[in-house]
Amino acid sequence: MSEAAQARLRLAGLHSRLAGPFDLAVEAGECVAVTGASGSGKSLLLRMIADLDPSHGKVWLDGRERGDFAAPAWRHQVLYNAAETGWWSEMVADHFAGGAMAFARTMAPRLGLPPELLDGAVLRLSTGERQRLALIRALACAPKVLLADEPTGALDQAATALVETLLRERLADGMAIVLVTHSPEQAARFGHRQFRMQDRHLVAP
Amino acid sequence: MTPILLHPGDIAIAAVLILVDGVLSVALRLGLHWQLAIAAGRMAVQLVLVGFILRAVFAIGSPWLTLAVVVTMVAIAGREVAARPEQRLGRFGNYAVGGSAVAMATLLTAMLALTTAIRPHPWYDPHYAIPLVGIVLGNVLNGGSIALDSLLGGVVRERAAIEAQLALGTSYMRAMRGLIRVSVRRGLLPTINQMAAAGIITLPGIMTGQILAGMDPLEAAKYQILLMFLLSGGAGLAAVAVVYLAAWRLTDDRQRLRLDRLTAKHRG
Repeated sequence: MSEAAQARLRLAGLHSRLAGPFDLAVEAGECVAVTGASGSGKSLLLRMIADLDPSHGKVWLDGRERGDFAAPAWRHQVLYNAAETGWWSEMVADHFAGGAMAFARTMAPRLGLPPELLDGAVLRLSTGERQRLALIRALACAPKVLLADEPTGALDQAATALVETLLRERLADGMAIVLVTHSPEQAARFGHRQFRMQDRHLVAP
Repeated sequence: MTPILLHPGDIAIAAVLILVDGVLSVALRLGLHWQLAIAAGRMAVQLVLVGFILRAVFAIGSPWLTLAVVVTMVAIAGREVAARPEQRLGRFGNYAVGGSAVAMATLLTAMLALTTAIRPHPWYDPHYAIPLVGIVLGNVLNGGSIALDSLLGGVVRERAAIEAQLALGTSYMRAMRGLIRVSVRRGLLPTINQMAAAGIITLPGIMTGQILAGMDPLEAAKYQILLMFLLSGGAGLAAVAVVYLAAWRLTDDRQRLRLDRLTAKHRG
């Protein structure tokens, strides 16, 4: 498995009843962009990699197989950031425990968010604000692989540029990204490699 | 004092109130009139049948017969807990969860009462064991079904919030904590209300029954207090058991949230 040892994330024959099989290797610092129609299976792929949906086949992180990780430890490092953000408490601050709060305070202005938002209620946030805060929440875990599902879907051009700048820094630090996006422009601009999801299989764009 | 006996005509007059509820359900589109009609009809048939059966069981007084009656009651209550929620766990999960939680909660509380506080001779005397199991079952059923409905409905509604936590590397039980707490709370609220209201807002059923049957009110009150404690214990145990058993069935060895094991019941 020398190839698996080199890649940050590698999938071999990853499949479920609903999608796949997928074979893919993503290097550290690399972004693989996946486009495709709604319902083509893009989110299913990310959910399977994160082990949120049952799947067969093999997945490695830095050469270590997924089954060797406890499930929460795997998800903490191979982190799925859903398109529909989830909030489990009334106040924004409850979603940033411990050191994550200090991280969020420095990151919020960089994504064009007023820091006061962090002291408010989730219900007051716009969809775009939720999306950016969820991304900050994910990055606070310092994942090795970010499975980003439409991270800028609800954002305007200016905010999208801020998010991309921040993610580029993370790529430079060695994080790998599998980016699912509806925008072919974003895929071309941000992805080092591109794929298209068609009928629940990855094909060349 | 002898109890005043009722005639079928007296009962028919009271049944008019059920019709009023049914009209309300149609007028307000609550969709409950069929459930209401079936529940009312069943209730009447069940109680009359039980009257006959208990007469016979008390006359025979066999421990095995008593056990058979108790097991049947528990099984029916378990089925009721399972049937109430809109969401169904796969592979008859609702029945497994409802049945085992109801059996555990009821038997623990009833055994405690029969072997410590009430202590009839013999301890399985059907005059005591069957009514005791019956009244505990009522609250167990209430607490269990509300808690199960809350958990199964909540897990669907709050899927995004639960999965967001899982995706960040939170353990399944930690991610479910808020929902588990809310569901157990909901299951216990009716019992807490019942205790708070007892004697001031309502005269509890057992006490009412014993007073109507000629018992001294203070003696009836003591019985009622004992029963209230048993009922709270039973409802609490059932709510906790139902919620944890259902939560375990919604996950797997990789701590996923397995909503594919849940299907919505067809509204009938």
